[in-house]
Amino acid sequence: MMLSGDEDEEKWLAEGIAGVQHNAFYMHRALDSNNLREALKYSAQMLSELRTSKLSPHKYYELYMRAFDELRKLEMFFKDESRHGVSIIDLYELVQHAGNILPRLYLLCTVGSVYIKSKEAPAKEVLKDLVEMCRGVQHPIRGLFLRSYLAQVSRDKLPDIGSEYERDAETVMDAVEFVLQNFTEMNKLWVRMQHQGPGRVREKREKERNELRDLVGKNLHVLSQIEGVDLEMYKENVLPRVLEQVVNCKDELAQYYLMDCIIQVFPDEYHLQTLETLLGACPQLQPTVDIKTVLSRLMDRLSNYAVSSADVLPEFLQVEAFAKLSNAIGKVIDAQVDMPIVGAISLYVSLLTFTLRVHPDRLDYVDQVLGACVKKLSSAPKLEDSRATKQVVALLSAPLDKYNDILMDHLDDGTNKVMAMVIIQSIMKNSTCISTAEKVEVLFELIKGLIKDLDGAAQDELDEEDFKEEQNSVARLIHMLYNDDSEEMLKIICTVRKHIMTGGPKRLPFTVPPLVFSALRLVRQLQNQDGDVAGEEEPATPKKIFQLLNQTIETLLYVPSPEMALRLYLQCAEAANDCDLEPVAYEFFTQAFMLYEEEIADSKAQVTAIHLIIGTLQRISVFGIENRDTLTHKATGYSARLLKKPDQCRAVYACSHLFWVDDQDGIKDGERVLLCLKRALRIANAAQQMANVARGSSGPVVLFVEILNKYLYFFEKGNTQITASAIQSLIELITSEMQSESTTLDPADNAFFASTKRYIEFQKKKGGAMGEKYDPINV
Amino acid sequence: MNYLIGAFKPACNISITFADGKNRKQISIEPVLGKKVEHNGVKIELLGQIEMYFDRGNFYDFTSLVRELDVPGEIYERKTYPFEFSTVEMPYETYNGVNVRLRYVLKVTVSRGYGGSVVEYQDFVVRNYTPPPSINNSIKMEVGIEDCLHIEFEYNKSKYHLKDVIIGKIYFLLVRIKIKNMDLEIRRRESTGSGANTHVETETLAKFELMDGAPVRGESIPIRLFLSPYELTPTHRNINNKFSVKYYLNLVLVDEEDRRYFKQQEITIYRLQENS
Repeated sequence: MMLSGDEDEEKWLAEGIAGVQHNAFYMHRALDSNNLREALKYSAQMLSELRTSKLSPHKYYELYMRAFDELRKLEMFFKDESRHGVSIIDLYELVQHAGNILPRLYLLCTVGSVYIKSKEAPAKEVLKDLVEMCRGVQHPIRGLFLRSYLAQVSRDKLPDIGSEYERDAETVMDAVEFVLQNFTEMNKLWVRMQHQGPGRVREKREKERNELRDLVGKNLHVLSQIEGVDLEMYKENVLPRVLEQVVNCKDELAQYYLMDCIIQVFPDEYHLQTLETLLGACPQLQPTVDIKTVLSRLMDRLSNYAVSSADVLPEFLQVEAFAKLSNAIGKVIDAQVDMPIVGAISLYVSLLTFTLRVHPDRLDYVDQVLGACVKKLSSAPKLEDSRATKQVVALLSAPLDKYNDILMDHLDDGTNKVMAMVIIQSIMKNSTCISTAEKVEVLFELIKGLIKDLDGAAQDELDEEDFKEEQNSVARLIHMLYNDDSEEMLKIICTVRKHIMTGGPKRLPFTVPPLVFSALRLVRQLQNQDGDVAGEEEPATPKKIFQLLNQTIETLLYVPSPEMALRLYLQCAEAANDCDLEPVAYEFFTQAFMLYEEEIADSKAQVTAIHLIIGTLQRISVFGIENRDTLTHKATGYSARLLKKPDQCRAVYACSHLFWVDDQDGIKDGERVLLCLKRALRIANAAQQMANVARGSSGPVVLFVEILNKYLYFFEKGNTQITASAIQSLIELITSEMQSESTTLDPADNAFFASTKRYIEFQKKKGGAMGEKYDPINV
Repeated sequence: MNYLIGAFKPACNISITFADGKNRKQISIEPVLGKKVEHNGVKIELLGQIEMYFDRGNFYDFTSLVRELDVPGEIYERKTYPFEFSTVEMPYETYNGVNVRLRYVLKVTVSRGYGGSVVEYQDFVVRNYTPPPSINNSIKMEVGIEDCLHIEFEYNKSKYHLKDVIIGKIYFLLVRIKIKNMDLEIRRRESTGSGANTHVETETLAKFELMDGAPVRGESIPIRLFLSPYELTPTHRNINNKFSVKYYLNLVLVDEEDRRYFKQQEITIYRLQENS
């Protein structure tokens, strides 16, 4: 359908052009023979081709241009009275005899321009008549072109200052009045275009409208070219009138375009002196108008102007440009409730740029802008526009690039941090992924208030809770930095590392872990890729990353945060295991053990640490026998040397798992399992006795129950060293312990033991191989 | 039927001339070379006639004056008779309409006893000038269709002379229809006869496009229509109880479905002394 529509249009255009050419031919003949009557007849017929409604603006323009060229010849003929013998006044009447309005008005404008040139009537009168008569064409496209023809032919004939058409009685005001009226009418037609032709799609219509906008804007250009429009007149007449039209037309497209047009065509100096009026119109525009771009352009222009010469700066101060702009932006944001948050942010960015360029010394202005921005963002509901967050970073970073030091460093610390938080929060809310190292760099530059202590910042006034929250945000942010490309990802990691390393001891415990995990994620990603990717030249190899990690985690030692470091080492070891990098894994374990030995003194921490070590070690399969032995030996050794007996006991029986890995290729050393368990029993016994001695009552039997459970586990797993009789005797031991008077009975222990026994009963009753196995045990 | 009359040339040529159109009017009669014309007298008549086409051949003379130019006798050679109708009432203008014609004619009759008389006619045109009317109000009116279209229009005068210009404007108070264009028509309504035999003929003499496209509320469209290009006559009201010619301005709005909305207003056309 669309295609045939276009084809039809081509056909209609071709027909129109043919019609113009045909009639133009006869018109030329008439002109050659100085036959006025015929010339009028054929020119009117030629112009009748412009009465078509079938062409899009684009095609119509083509047709119009053909007719336009022909009209120039006709104008030449009209000018020369000797050729047609009719006075210009009569001619002015004569062309009005045409029955159809469109040809009539084109001819009238053509004669009118000759009329003005002849100076037989005041230019003002003729112009007024023409612009008034053109009201007859209310069809948007035809009207716009007709009026643009009028604007075109009258351009050099306006009674401007110094123009030959300026007379005593005529002021520049007449010229201005004429252009303004033509502008107003054209704009009305242009706005009305959107209601034309119900069948057509809106989108297409808007596109067509957009093609015509320069016809309307041309008038503003003409206005700006009128010499006599000085600041005074611009301020008192031109601008208010233009703005009135802009505001009243209530059309998004027009308002946006015209505001931009005003800003572009008139001198900066005028804008500066009329800021209040110009800005006053902004909140009155339609809520959908892209004011932010308009204002941004204005501020761009003004700041360029300010930079252009030092002489103009006092003007800026005198008119309080910043206050007015700032005020206007606030009003616009308030007025346009539907403005996406991205719009508001970019407005502030423009204002910021403006301030920085015009008033580099006024840092309070910067503060003000950012403060307002923060206020807006914090009061805003959840960000739904994912562009917004990108804008936050991208746009705020633009001025930063240039004014890096000036800007953030001079913000007071509080604002700075709030800004940074806002940025992070918006990134989080939208799950924006920051995917290049450069962006990361910029981002961290922006949030550096959170990343490191700023010079001179008073440390002690920090609220601990706020600090934690801030740092947690940073930690979360680090997870948002991601790129599928491993090389870029490595760069990102390096960048992040570079920044967080500056954070100092208070921050590192918050920021290092996410970085480590982010790096480990990359490791796993590499590991999942094909083997040959990990070639020698590949910069992002797991090895390299592990090196980086090693160094990173090391920093935690100086914080000091050894527990954290230990956990991270273990994580890395496990990752190295997955990558089949035995030496690396071993290295990490070594680090972990050294930490354990040297840095972890707290007994509770030791317990936790040893369980972590055991757990990790148990899962690691990469080690050869020798390495493994060394490490398990160390682990069991540590376990046995814990301070409290129950801790010792538990650590030791946990070690039993190091010798029994329940999968296909796992180590299954039943003997050493048994050794561990027996050792645990001994320790439990010792604990019991110590309790007796120390408190006159034996300690809880729970340790025995726990060990019993371990027995049962290995029994079921088929460790032949664990026999039913051993279990039987352990049960009896516990039973007797529980009945002993000196034992303090803990109901929870009772329950634990009872349910363990129930479990055994259950297995027995279930029958099968397992039931048989359990059969000898009596409870 | 006398076949001979048609078969032979008339016995003489008669020509009527107005030397200067005002005073010295004369006729000359010139016999065919070498022949004499016997006649029973020569007379000239001035007739004002109204001729209805549907009643063909039936003239109604509202003016009839006779001057005897010659007593019966013979004409041998070219003979010239001056004549004058000095105080003739010519109250009506010459008019050539669709169904009616009003004409003034000079009729010269050379009466002959045999072979039929020789008759020659000469039409002449009468124009009557009217001074500019002392009262000439504008026509201003508000019309509309409820909730659909409401306009106010104004023509600067109600009486126009033939070379006049109609100036005015149309103001759109309410537009709820899609108007395509608007024309101003000049219509002539000629009615002839009376009573049951009245014939009315309406012609559109001018169709002048005022507006192209659809206006919106608040728009005002200028009118400037020069009357000179159109062949108008003055308004004739009840001429001798035979006919009337009236003029109307018809404002026509056409919507996109080609429905026409119009309002007709009578205007008076008069003939203004050209040099006044």
